[in-house]
Amino acid sequence: MAKIAMYWGAGCGGCDVSLLGIHEALLDLLDVLEIVFWPCATDFKYEDLEKMKDKSIDVAFYNGAIRTEENEHIAKLLRKKAKLLVAYGSCASKGCVIGLANLSTKEDIFDAAYLHNESTKNPDGIVPQEKAGDLELPAILPYLKTLDQVVEVDAVIPGCPPPTPVLVEALNALLEGKTTFGKEVALCDECPRKDTKPDKIEITKFYRWHEKEDNGDCFLAQNMICMGPATRAGCGGECIAANIPCTGCMGTVSRVKDQGASMMSAIASLMEEEMDEEKERELIASIHDMVGTFYKYSAARLLPKGRLKDES
Amino acid sequence: MSFEPKIVAFLCNWCAYAGADMAGTSRIKYPANVVPIRVMCSGRVDPEFVLDAFEKGADGVFIGGCHPGDCHYVSGNYRTRKRVIMMKKLLQEMGINPARLRLEWVSATEGKKFATVIEEFVNEIKELGPSPEGE
Repeated sequence: MAKIAMYWGAGCGGCDVSLLGIHEALLDLLDVLEIVFWPCATDFKYEDLEKMKDKSIDVAFYNGAIRTEENEHIAKLLRKKAKLLVAYGSCASKGCVIGLANLSTKEDIFDAAYLHNESTKNPDGIVPQEKAGDLELPAILPYLKTLDQVVEVDAVIPGCPPPTPVLVEALNALLEGKTTFGKEVALCDECPRKDTKPDKIEITKFYRWHEKEDNGDCFLAQNMICMGPATRAGCGGECIAANIPCTGCMGTVSRVKDQGASMMSAIASLMEEEMDEEKERELIASIHDMVGTFYKYSAARLLPKGRLKDES
Repeated sequence: MSFEPKIVAFLCNWCAYAGADMAGTSRIKYPANVVPIRVMCSGRVDPEFVLDAFEKGADGVFIGGCHPGDCHYVSGNYRTRKRVIMMKKLLQEMGINPARLRLEWVSATEGKKFATVIEEFVNEIKELGPSPEGE
């Protein structure tokens, strides 16, 4: 019986659900697995984990990013206790949507969450404290970190959350001790709209999803930004099948380091070739949020120490 | 000691690199802060290269290509121009001064222009100070 652990760090909980979401495949896995630590699904305490022998867990899955001291502590602990440590999902591997928080400081985030926003009334200015009487909360780190920015990681299961086919393949590979798995081609390769992609795409205006009626063709051919060309295949294009352009949660193939840069490069190549510089500027200015568009899932990698301060 | 910026220059084989060569053979002096990297076309300069240069401590990144209409590969430099506009917008959002990235068209005969724009760029970066990412 292989011993596995699963921890939920800073994330939405979708990853824990995705493990249950493999349905019947889970029953087969449970025959060969023993769950020794999974706080979301079973009753384990951190002391139980601390008491385990080093390297006694065969595979430890870490989902969610690292935002608190507690997250960091468990990441280090799991690294010690497990033979293989796996970054499970986009938060653990790239920081994901919550990594966009690195564009703001911790103080700004607390201000927006608890003090100044349209839907909050907090006249006494009450903000969560790390210590109140006997109670202690883990401290929030200055910036969000990915798992591999804290400890060494043996394998990555991509996706937000990992789609079932990706997950099943990964789990089976990991139980055999393999740490590489998954497809090494772009999403376009398995896109349900693949046949509608013309030989040449010439973008003359960028449309956001709500600004144009979808005619069922390749989103890029419709001048809507779809991250497909810079995103790793494996999910089967679930979002595209639901008429939503890809936003890139699967990350990149292993040969590419920077998904956002790769997509910006592609977009520049897909824009009409010989437009004048003024038009180029105008068009690119209409992409409102570069980090949010191209680095939606990897902002924590782009800005590991937060937004920089360079006078301009 | 005064601040000497580190500048990475991606120069296209057919125009800007030849222009830099021309500056050399014509004995035109320009600041030694530049590390030239020859690429076949300015269109080869992936945005990833630029981010990588900044991440590894460059204070400025210079891209030199053929004048519009003169690209050896017909349209590589048009793509570069679009990429640089995008990159500047991204750098701004990241909190890096977009002036740290500069695109110039330098033909094979423009040795003088190469030296002038490099000198200008080096002075500009000196005024901006070290890149916040390199710290």
